[in-house]
Amino acid sequence: MTAAANGFDPALTQTPLNDLHRSLGAKMVPFAGYEMPVQYKAGIMAEHMHVRKSAGLFDVSHMGQARLVADGDAAVALERLVPGDIVGLAPGEMRYTLLLADDGGILDDLMVTRLPDEPETLFLVVNAGCKDADFSHIEALLAGEARLERLPDRALLALQGPQAGAVLSRLAPGAGSLSFMNGAEMAVDGVGCFVTRSGYTGEDGFEISVPSDAAEGLAARLLDEAAVAPVGLGARDSLRLEAGLCLYGHDIDRSTTPVEGSLRWTIPKRRREAADFPGAGTILKQMADGPLRRRVGIRPEGRAPAREGAEITDEGGAAIGKITSGGYGPSVGGPVAMGMVLRAFSAVDTPLKLMVRGKALAARVAKLPFVPHNYFRG
Amino acid sequence: MSDVKYSTDHEWIRVDGDSAVIGITDYAQEQLGDVVFVDLPDAGNKLAKGDEAAVVESVKAAAEVYAPLDGEILEINEALAAEPGLVNTDPTGAGWFLKMRIGDASQLDELMDEANYESFVEGLD
Repeated sequence: MTAAANGFDPALTQTPLNDLHRSLGAKMVPFAGYEMPVQYKAGIMAEHMHVRKSAGLFDVSHMGQARLVADGDAAVALERLVPGDIVGLAPGEMRYTLLLADDGGILDDLMVTRLPDEPETLFLVVNAGCKDADFSHIEALLAGEARLERLPDRALLALQGPQAGAVLSRLAPGAGSLSFMNGAEMAVDGVGCFVTRSGYTGEDGFEISVPSDAAEGLAARLLDEAAVAPVGLGARDSLRLEAGLCLYGHDIDRSTTPVEGSLRWTIPKRRREAADFPGAGTILKQMADGPLRRRVGIRPEGRAPAREGAEITDEGGAAIGKITSGGYGPSVGGPVAMGMVLRAFSAVDTPLKLMVRGKALAARVAKLPFVPHNYFRG
Repeated sequence: MSDVKYSTDHEWIRVDGDSAVIGITDYAQEQLGDVVFVDLPDAGNKLAKGDEAAVVESVKAAAEVYAPLDGEILEINEALAAEPGLVNTDPTGAGWFLKMRIGDASQLDELMDEANYESFVEGLD
């Protein structure tokens, strides 16, 4: 139980919303080299529930934003590094995909949007902790083929929850007609932004890429709306866990393949048949034979949460895996987790034991998501 | 007449004769955030000062609570199993953790009184 580290730390980067977070009473913590709000005065539980019933505003400016530009279609170049269908994206369409190493291990997960007004250019959003490595990797492997333009002067706001559409439509009339996983340039309260209908909570919502110097004003304007409350990284984690979404570096990492990560849905038929992505040999073999282990949802039967790193055993006590993310799901009203388990134990309802502080807690493999997704499909 | 002491680990210890009721302070619950589970020891367990006595799980993380004194667990707060949020709403009352038989009363002298604890907490912010 340490006191909140709210002092200024020169080793950490601050987002353009730092002053706003502090004025809202945020508890600031170091995260991926940034000083970020883990929660505000309401607390993680209340912030989580607010997103599920109304709308929450998140500062996700720590994430890496970039444009990928080529002489022809940048999607052709990017497909050499990822297994998703990027070439097939319509202008404005967005897709979740994975940056893969040559052995099929996942270097990062990312969002790729084909820009509506420059359809041969892609807009990328990558994880904060991976952005330098990702950008160097993309530049090195696509040298001479495509050019990466980092966007360090843009902040990223996420507005998430069932009221997000109504709120953002008041500031940007075009926002309401965007469908899930689509983006467009639009003025939001008079500021030129790139808005996508996407997020990391399982709820309807938007991510708003805004020039840094206009970010604080726009965030304050959104917070003026009665439906909107600020939400920190603590609730961002519990929301994405309930939504069954992976956290890179925890549920998936350099040592897991897309098949082990239960992300084979990100590899469409065309790419499987062409086998033209990094690690295709390993990945296609795992698809055919089944992987040794797989990411699953796990529901502890009691009230005790099982955290990341807890060992998973079968009913006889033999080790079969580890918890990769775990905690309390406020909307579920109990503990929820994800874990990597041997494939023989990956079917829904398989009984498991979770080793927490020397006790074997009863649990079962559960269907993901824990809370149904509530996306706007237009 | 009971006497309340405090530990540097943010526990309160309400001494009543040869036994003590133990819980965490308002400052501690505030730092932890919403408590969702409290893992308590079994009655009858004997603990030495500094042993792990309980684990408090909040939405955010798990935090250990260490025994502030040597002693034997006489009783635990069964109500926390169904309602762990009592630790947040009433940390020094209904949110108590456990009752111990004091093993070594001289250890009470190493704990803080309320005024000392308050200045200790002020020094942390």
